[in-house]
Amino acid sequence: MRTILIIAFKEIQEGLRNRWVLATTLLLAALALSLAFLGSAPTGNVGAGALDVVVVSLSSLTIFLLPLIALLISHDAVVGEMERGTMILLLSYPVGRSQVILGKFCGHVLILAFATVIGYGAAAAALAITGASVLAASWYAFASMLGTSIMLGAVFVAIGYLVSSLVRDRGTAAGVSVGIWLLMVLVFDMALLGILVIDQGQIISASVLEGLLFLNPTDLYRLTNLTGFNVSQFSGMAGLAGTATTSIGALLLGLLVWIAAPLGLAAAFFARREL
Amino acid sequence: MTVTVSVSGVDKNYRKVRALRDVSFDLIPGRLSALVGHNGAGKTTLIKLMLGLIRSDRGAIRVMGQDPAAGEFSARRLLGYLPENVAFNAALTGRETLTFYARLKQIKPSKAWALLDRVGLADAADRRVGTYSKGMRQRLGLAQALLGQPRVLLLDEPTTGLDPALRQTFYEILNELRDDGATVLISSHALNELEDRAEHVLIMNQGRLVAQGTLTELRSLSQLPIRVTFDLAGGGNDEAAVSIAGEINSSPCRRTVLVSDEKGKMDLLRAAANDPRVENIEIAAPTLDDLYAHFLNTQEKAA
Repeated sequence: MRTILIIAFKEIQEGLRNRWVLATTLLLAALALSLAFLGSAPTGNVGAGALDVVVVSLSSLTIFLLPLIALLISHDAVVGEMERGTMILLLSYPVGRSQVILGKFCGHVLILAFATVIGYGAAAAALAITGASVLAASWYAFASMLGTSIMLGAVFVAIGYLVSSLVRDRGTAAGVSVGIWLLMVLVFDMALLGILVIDQGQIISASVLEGLLFLNPTDLYRLTNLTGFNVSQFSGMAGLAGTATTSIGALLLGLLVWIAAPLGLAAAFFARREL
Repeated sequence: MTVTVSVSGVDKNYRKVRALRDVSFDLIPGRLSALVGHNGAGKTTLIKLMLGLIRSDRGAIRVMGQDPAAGEFSARRLLGYLPENVAFNAALTGRETLTFYARLKQIKPSKAWALLDRVGLADAADRRVGTYSKGMRQRLGLAQALLGQPRVLLLDEPTTGLDPALRQTFYEILNELRDDGATVLISSHALNELEDRAEHVLIMNQGRLVAQGTLTELRSLSQLPIRVTFDLAGGGNDEAAVSIAGEINSSPCRRTVLVSDEKGKMDLLRAAANDPRVENIEIAAPTLDDLYAHFLNTQEKAA
């Protein structure tokens, strides 16, 4: 445990030093703030749902951006350190390989969490300061959006490690990561949509569709955030939300599995690897 | 005497490359061993095996009683390692880097910082490692290898990039640790540097351990002749007392004789000492370089 914390601390130290933390936080804050003010235009000043609109637009943004950032910082965690020659030294210390993976994971997720909370929090704080009235339920939706955003980031950090512990060099890791990002964020949903259109509801029932959505962590994220009771009316997901039978608990469990499975596999592959 | 590192019958293949073939040796405390061999002879592979970074295909390796690849890492706290091309994260300072490694070995960071002084990095300690020269990185590498009074030190080409002054300090530190009972293994090309420092020499070639032993043992094993050179006064070409079989390269005032063993050498010296014309005697025992070349040749002929 101590070792994991030491490694996590070093990752954070490095992240602060090479300005990853700063850049990510600023990027997220800038996007969140602009969405908060531009995005509130359609509801006007009297709209009670200012924060709800922010939640909807931010979670759509998160689906694109956070996986990308997470993969960027995680894809060379193993293979990059091997190439630079720092891994060989680290492993000559009294450190288990799974501790290396877990330590890095803690560090990277904390960096992402910090950037998300501060960046998105800035938008919420700005709304509160400018005097928009916000319901308690909206705060709840916002908070759960923050929580699940961090989880989504953690999923892709874990996937990045899995890629990193499998490939031979950093270039491949970067390429595969971009591929995974495209697949999860764009291709999967479009393919699913295409299949639904062709199928015309003959084979794929609503429950099968929900099952299929569990295959993609970004869809789990979308479901948890955009089908919330107060938010779904803005998100265009109300139709799906109305028929959705999956509980929030199941969705969160799905996300947790999406974190644990790639992380476990990454640790297993790394443990067997020779360097 | 207790054996700290034991390697017995180890084979290691990387796909089709046979990196190590049936290598066996023991390292004992309080001794400095030199691992010499060409590039690709298997030196680094051997060190990686001792660290548990890779697994052997056959044979057993024990470091302080543990199998290094088994994932028991308590022994690694007592182990210092300097990789061939040591690398650190460029974003952190030297002090931060050393602090990180000290924490992993459960040493108080403040204690570790004294090492920065020791390797001559005190002034640069709070600069980023990215700004360091190769020699400075090597010094930092040395500092981390020395963390926590290691009982076993594995050093892969430790003195490349070190300036002569630091090289001196480096060997002083090693001598201290060795006198304190540490096991030291140095892999190196700088044979002349190790000549009078290594008490035990392991010669590797093409994945095989060609020869091992003390320098004296290796000399008698190799049967390489000892070269004795006499300077003669007067330049007379009459029969001198030193003319013994095996004389080569004679000139009137300088004669070189090759003798095969210590006894022959002493006989020759006694005779020469009684010869008034002999002005000077030079004796050259086979150097580590000579021995290395010899064992490599004999092995390659046999193969």
